[in-house]
Amino acid sequence: MSTTPHSTAGVAAPLPHGGHGAAAQGSHGDQGHGHNPDLAHHFDTPVQQFDAGKLGIWTFLVTEVLFFSGLFCAYSIWRSLHPEAFMYAHHYLDTKLGATNTVVLLFSSLTAAWSVRCAQLNQKRGLVVCLALTLMCAFGFLGIKFVEYSHKLHDGIGWGESYQPHNPKLFTTLTPSGHYKGGKYVSEIAAERGLAVAGVPYADLDVPGKLAIANELRTEFLPEPPTVRTFFSIYYGMTGLHGVHVVGGILVYIWLLVRALRGRFHSGYFGPVDYAALYWHLVDLVWIYLFPMLYLIH
Amino acid sequence: MSNTHLHAGDAAHGHNAIAHVASIKVLVGVFVLLLILTGVTVGAVFVDLGALNIWIAMGIATVKALLVAMFFMHLAYDRPFNGIVFIASLVFAGLFVSVLLLDAREYKPNVDSYRALSPLVPSSSN
Repeated sequence: MSTTPHSTAGVAAPLPHGGHGAAAQGSHGDQGHGHNPDLAHHFDTPVQQFDAGKLGIWTFLVTEVLFFSGLFCAYSIWRSLHPEAFMYAHHYLDTKLGATNTVVLLFSSLTAAWSVRCAQLNQKRGLVVCLALTLMCAFGFLGIKFVEYSHKLHDGIGWGESYQPHNPKLFTTLTPSGHYKGGKYVSEIAAERGLAVAGVPYADLDVPGKLAIANELRTEFLPEPPTVRTFFSIYYGMTGLHGVHVVGGILVYIWLLVRALRGRFHSGYFGPVDYAALYWHLVDLVWIYLFPMLYLIH
Repeated sequence: MSNTHLHAGDAAHGHNAIAHVASIKVLVGVFVLLLILTGVTVGAVFVDLGALNIWIAMGIATVKALLVAMFFMHLAYDRPFNGIVFIASLVFAGLFVSVLLLDAREYKPNVDSYRALSPLVPSSSN
């Protein structure tokens, strides 16, 4: 099977293969050439294999950056043209939940980076623990995201045309610098005033009934800026695409955890652990920007 | 398995023959810094600096991103080429956003004059 010119020569003369950038560093792992089960036949050394894989994952991350940049573009243009929609709509986002998710994701980045260290140092139990913690954080992030999404959708705050809030926050004052103040939810105002339709209080009404009360109350308060629905399209678009990446990360980490439990990774072969961590850090990087862009508008 | 035995001595001393091993000190230190910066960026919201706020928030986010990229993603110890490839993508993303922003603002007068002629119906009353 002399498919590569090196495979036959390698047995007799282990070193060096000229013309490869990695050859100099690869000298450690070259013994057992052709027998190393973790070395694909088209690579000369584990170092060459690792570096090739690493460049591959970085190239993938580049496409991810450009993928997300479309949404960052939409955000920048919309915010620069309609700052008032952002000043208004951020009141619907829960900063505490956003900050919690930031901490969860930062911690998962720590465990992901630590899992690489464990694999590199043959710490197999540590590796399993780190991978499991990363997975748990990923699920935790999605869980908090689910709470946020379901709360919004329950109040009719969807994207685009499905933005029909029947429990909007209504404001009394707009400061000269564009801040909305004195906000109260329609549910609060309705409870205070004991508003009802045909004897049914606001809380027990169906969605059309709640919408009717909300629309009636709106006339007493500041008008809502006209492009808030687009803010929520951008919000769901950006956090949704990010969430899809978290789901992708979960699948990868389940696969890694299974392989780690089977003892497949060790100091001579840990590429997949490193590449997955790089991907996971990029997902974290995107969130590091999304959090202030969406939750910390003021 | 030959590799496992080959590098077992290295591994015991916190080294790896294939790639740089991040120390626990660096990993935990970076994590603590990231937490502090998250706290700072949340706290900065309560200081009203007008248009400056978003630049401060983005600045802090960029410091956090740099910490993650340099230490968690190993770019500080990696072959420079990987970093160059990554930075290139950020440059192109920046170019994409900034040129489109310029273009979008270019048409704002047209949009405003159109709005003045036919005011949009507030979305709430559809």
